[in-house]
Amino acid sequence: MSAPTDLLYSEEEEAVRAAVRDLLGDHCDAAGVIARGESGAPHDLTLWKVLTEDMGLAGLLVPEEHGGQGATHREAAVVLEELGRAVAPVPYLTSAVVATEALLACDAADLLAELAGGRRISVLAVGLHTAPGAGHPTARIAGGALHGELTGIADAAAAGVLLVPADDGGLYAVESGAATVTPQVSLDLTRPLATVVLDGAPARRIGDAAPAVRRALRAGAGLLASEQLGLADWTLTETVRYLKERKQFNRPVGGFQALKHRLAHLWLEVAHLRAAARNAADALTTGQDTDVAVAVAQAYAAPVAVHAAEEALQLHGGIGMTWEHPVHLYLKRAKADSIAYGTAGAHREALAALVDLRAP
Amino acid sequence: MTDSPMDAALLRSRTRELLAAHPPATTDRLDFLRARFDAGLAWVHYPEGLGGLGAPRSLQAVVDAELAAAGAPGNDPRRIGIGLGMAAPTILQYGTEEQKRRFLRPLWTGEEVWCQLFSEPGAGSDLAALGTRAVREGDAWVVNGQKVWTSSAHLARWAILIARTDPDVPKHRGITYFVCDMTDPGVEVRPLRQITGEAEFNEVFLTGVRIPDSRRLGEVGDGWRVAQTTLNNERVAIGGARLPREGGMIGPVARTWRERPELRTHDLHQRLLTLWVEAEVARLTGERLRQQLAAGQPGPEGAGMKLAFARLNQEISGLEVELLGEEGLLYGDWTMRRPELVDFTGRDAGYRYLRSKGNSIEGGTSEILLNIVAERVLGLPAEPRTDKDVAWKDLAR
Repeated sequence: MSAPTDLLYSEEEEAVRAAVRDLLGDHCDAAGVIARGESGAPHDLTLWKVLTEDMGLAGLLVPEEHGGQGATHREAAVVLEELGRAVAPVPYLTSAVVATEALLACDAADLLAELAGGRRISVLAVGLHTAPGAGHPTARIAGGALHGELTGIADAAAAGVLLVPADDGGLYAVESGAATVTPQVSLDLTRPLATVVLDGAPARRIGDAAPAVRRALRAGAGLLASEQLGLADWTLTETVRYLKERKQFNRPVGGFQALKHRLAHLWLEVAHLRAAARNAADALTTGQDTDVAVAVAQAYAAPVAVHAAEEALQLHGGIGMTWEHPVHLYLKRAKADSIAYGTAGAHREALAALVDLRAP
Repeated sequence: MTDSPMDAALLRSRTRELLAAHPPATTDRLDFLRARFDAGLAWVHYPEGLGGLGAPRSLQAVVDAELAAAGAPGNDPRRIGIGLGMAAPTILQYGTEEQKRRFLRPLWTGEEVWCQLFSEPGAGSDLAALGTRAVREGDAWVVNGQKVWTSSAHLARWAILIARTDPDVPKHRGITYFVCDMTDPGVEVRPLRQITGEAEFNEVFLTGVRIPDSRRLGEVGDGWRVAQTTLNNERVAIGGARLPREGGMIGPVARTWRERPELRTHDLHQRLLTLWVEAEVARLTGERLRQQLAAGQPGPEGAGMKLAFARLNQEISGLEVELLGEEGLLYGDWTMRRPELVDFTGRDAGYRYLRSKGNSIEGGTSEILLNIVAERVLGLPAEPRTDKDVAWKDLAR
């Protein structure tokens, strides 16, 4: 067996967390996120600017010689935990992780530097539901231009550059101005999907699609677990707070054993998710046992985040069903996350091959 | 605690002196263990004269490594776990000088096995409601009652015992802690046969047992507080070793799955993968807890690990019996036996299935542990108590 993965948080990682949490406390309140979701401009680009241009967080995965911070997946995971806690409507996972990983597998230093600096947003034009290694639609390349329609592309409406896999096996960079990007009404208002229609869009080949897409989706799946951890942690913390305060039958309802046990179970699940998410972030950093660590994290994280959000809603009672209360943001994100980058079932299937527990 | 190089060096040289004076190859096992105790190298964090040197606990590893390298005999800690893990820390904290000198050395060497007389048929999760009575007669206490689920009682020379000395005050306040001589008249040990067919545990009947007051640990009526030391050390003892992937109960199931493709079904496959993931994440959670402890940041996850493993062991072993199909209809051996140690992985699937049912009951039921997590970790209010201010004799039973 190789050395055990480091499952703790370093002081530097805690410093990143504190800075991001502070910022989100000031700039990302739930009421604002709810209002923004219906505004026609669902992404918070002011917040994005602070996170990226001021704090440099979009460049964590990018080496310094390409204009990034030269940090690792471990720090990016901490950022995602905090963004998850706030259901922040910023394209961090899609641009600073997934598109960035795709570019790191390609030859596109100019784009990489622009993404790392936060000056541009880019998304991989592969449906959000796609698991690492799964098939996906491609655009048709003809005469150096792309044709076709791609659906379910997360955060495409905020992107300036689309990374499009084409039928010749290449990955192409397309200016989003050259494509028609149409928002889709999405379950998760804070990470909206869009369709991308390419009708002879000029495109630049930046590398081979297969390895770039695979690498990008694996990192996305692995670090999504940290976002799910943040979501689950917030819903548990907030539900515990509320149930200590909410009184019925002349008692805080958090004192009833039927509810306490549900919360204790959730706490246990979140504690386990933390270990799984840290393990995936560390494995992405070291490159050791990464496929298994990512598949384990996603197979575990999705049901836990959904369970935590569903329980939060139920335990809040009627207020949890209102549009005004933020718990629905977490439920919608958690449910969408359970499909993003492959369902838990898809990741279990991947494990069957990875750890030699084959189907009948 | 930080490693002081001088202390480590000192311990290393003391260990070498011990080995030189008592070469393991030519020294009787018990003689060696006694000499090790007398040299203060048994548990270095204990005081001088009581098997230790008052050194940081972390330095024990230095001694253990030297001794292991020299092939020195050990004290077989798994056989005397109750003495080492529960009785010793309690005696150290609450015992008189005379008690410490009398009990700790043969406890550590394993010459004298200890057991724990706490649980009763009428006091399980509500241990403080226990009804075994101890009545003062001159300079002794006369004890009557019944204890249950006592490991090692049939091997033990001594027991730590809690008994009711004052029925007229609320239950937590009328308990006193004693050391009971298991060879005394009136102590009767009966095997308690369990659903696996064997008897790991015992029932202990105490009838007119006379315990001298000099074998009381702590003050009269303070036994509940003394027992907390015992029980807290029980929880410290759990948690221990690093597991490799598939190191727990999932291991034998995964091996059977790989080796016997004819047993596979789609339904079992889905359930196996789900449990495999949960077992792997539980392993990682235990590893994270260990890393936190090593970094001096103990987390509350420990309270939850037993909960997680109880459920996983039960589900995994249930799946294993089902996977085996026709073979799952058989059972290894129903013969009434008296195993010294519990060995989950060395037996058949049916045994694992049955034995693991106890994992959510023994050492704190899962329901009580959920309360502990909810109240101590999440800070949720306790249930309203109807028993706190009522004299023990007036409690519902």
